Amino acid sequence: MEVWRGFNMIKKFVVGCFDDEKVLFPAIKNVRRAGYKIHDVYTPFPMHGLDHAIGIRETSLHTAGFIFGITGTATALTGMGWIFTKDWPLNIGGKPHFPLPAFIPITFELTVLFASLGMVWTFCYLCQMMPGVKKHHFHPRATDDLFVLVIECSAKTNESEVAEFLQRNGAMEVNVQEAETGWWFGRYDKEQKLYRYEEVGY
Amino acid sequence: MSLLKYESQIREPLVDGDKDYHQVTEDICRPIEIKPGKLWFIGFGIAVCLLLFGVYSVYREVTYGTGQWNLNKTVGWGWDITNFVWWIGIGHAGTLISAILLLFRQGWRTGVNRAAEAMTIFAVICAAQFPLFHMGRVWLAFFVFPYPNTRGVLWPNFSSPLLWDVFAVSTYFTVSLLFWYTGLLPDLATVRDRARTKFRKMFYGLTSFGWTGSTKHWQRHESLSLVLAGISTPLVLSVHTIVSFDFATSVIPGWHTTIFPPYFVAGAIFSGFAMVQSLLIITRKVLHLEDYITVGHIEAMNKVIVLTGSIVGIAYLTELFISWYGQNPYENWAFFQNRANIFSPYGWAYYGMMFCNVVSPQLFWSRKLRRNIAFTFFMSVLINVGMWFERFVIIVTSIYRDYLPSSWSTYYSPSIWEIGFYLGTFGLFFTCFFLFAKYFPVIAIAEIKAILKTSGEDYKKKMTDTEKMDAEKFYIEEVEHAH
Repeated sequence: MEVWRGFNMIKKFVVGCFDDEKVLFPAIKNVRRAGYKIHDVYTPFPMHGLDHAIGIRETSLHTAGFIFGITGTATALTGMGWIFTKDWPLNIGGKPHFPLPAFIPITFELTVLFASLGMVWTFCYLCQMMPGVKKHHFHPRATDDLFVLVIECSAKTNESEVAEFLQRNGAMEVNVQEAETGWWFGRYDKEQKLYRYEEVGY
Repeated sequence: MSLLKYESQIREPLVDGDKDYHQVTEDICRPIEIKPGKLWFIGFGIAVCLLLFGVYSVYREVTYGTGQWNLNKTVGWGWDITNFVWWIGIGHAGTLISAILLLFRQGWRTGVNRAAEAMTIFAVICAAQFPLFHMGRVWLAFFVFPYPNTRGVLWPNFSSPLLWDVFAVSTYFTVSLLFWYTGLLPDLATVRDRARTKFRKMFYGLTSFGWTGSTKHWQRHESLSLVLAGISTPLVLSVHTIVSFDFATSVIPGWHTTIFPPYFVAGAIFSGFAMVQSLLIITRKVLHLEDYITVGHIEAMNKVIVLTGSIVGIAYLTELFISWYGQNPYENWAFFQNRANIFSPYGWAYYGMMFCNVVSPQLFWSRKLRRNIAFTFFMSVLINVGMWFERFVIIVTSIYRDYLPSSWSTYYSPSIWEIGFYLGTFGLFFTCFFLFAKYFPVIAIAEIKAILKTSGEDYKKKMTDTEKMDAEKFYIEEVEHAH
């Protein structure tokens, strides 16, 4: 049964919590070897090599940064050039109307400004983050001291088997959860209700 | 993999004590989760009082005009621009610590970067007040930005260093804010997930943008931090360079100096680190964060202070030498009569600056003094006094005696409202800092956790034991088997 809320689908997950990275990495290796689908790993701090371990590709966020950066450069140069040569050519002490050296500081500042604003915006967009966004948290200690390995179940998956597999690989806590995968607008001081259960009332 | 990274035993641990990840969270979140102590309320109260006095001083200035200040015919830039440059300089340490030290892979930045970045943002806000209100008609301040307007499409002059300053300072503020806030997101999520009260859950839920700690998000976060650090590095250097252009591109003797950009940047880092020291020495004590901001951190910052202080000292001497060597009578007059002559009206400011900025930081060559917290605190205050004098000397001693003696100004000393404005920015700065220390994690929790197992005291000890065991094992297996 598939229940949707907007773009979000309610799915079943097996969640394994690890408290030591030395156990986590071999466990991930075994999970991938066994062919289970890793939904995500939630960690309290950035762990180098974890992205490769779970097999996600490199981010191309820096490319976005570069594009935003040169947009800033172009905006500054064309803007100042147009203003000083076409729109309102001012004679400042007989100096050239397009004094490139004098335009460098503002060009540089706008390059940096566009690149950083653009990158942070892209980052928030890609991660689907902004004030008021709420997501499902598989374990509240994922931002404290636990590494939370989440395996997505398909219709054929035997949850107890996966749970047992995780336990064998050193997970200190294992549970099965139903959750929405995406994000929605919500407040953290209100309890989250799955869409399915809200629907029952109708 | 971070867990296999090895750090030499010679290096001092960056986190003292026997900690695990949870303990780190506990230690750093504790000040946010408990009621602030008496000291906090007293400090906050004083800060708010200063701020109110500043607001009243600014009110006088806005209502009655810049005549409320004692600026005169030749001293058109007095305390206001001195304070602007001083605050902007202080605002350089935060982004330097977080950006340049990130690129240089200095592990110790993790303990101090969050508070230093916050300090940067507040210092830049304080700095911006001065040119803003110096304009006189502050309600027309938006004229500085280029936008299509109904004044005959009047554009600002893009070749003017003052306009470069507008762009530099506003960009610097925006980028520092973004850098600081994106770094805060994971830590705010940590606080959110520990929150018990309704208000906390809502507040930290909103401010943490729904951060989950997903691997993909961390990967993007790392990439973002690295690129922001990369572009912030030249940005930090550019901001004070451009501030120095305000002076260096003019033809006033004493300002017209090509050495200004590097000299200003070094001075900015110097005073910025001094301010970080003043703030963090108090913060670590009040919030009991001695395990995270260790004496090692303080020593590392003192090393930066002695380096940049010496660069500043060389710049002062170079300036003097060039004005003598250049044989320009006006330059000569500016340096040897208006400044270095102790009997001239502002000679005391020049020698005060020399003593605080050049002589006193040399004491930090001694390791014992670098690691002495009370001494460091005293020095950090002294350095900031010295750096204020530096800006005052540069600005006022260059303009208070114009080319013609008939245009020499009367002795410039600030009015009470000028002083009030300056005190008001202190109030603003400390009000912001107190609120920050109360509501936000003052240390980057996630970054501390990332270095904990390589640089934590307890883990380093264990590493030593493992090394010894490994060496014995190696000997038994390899050496004895071979025989």
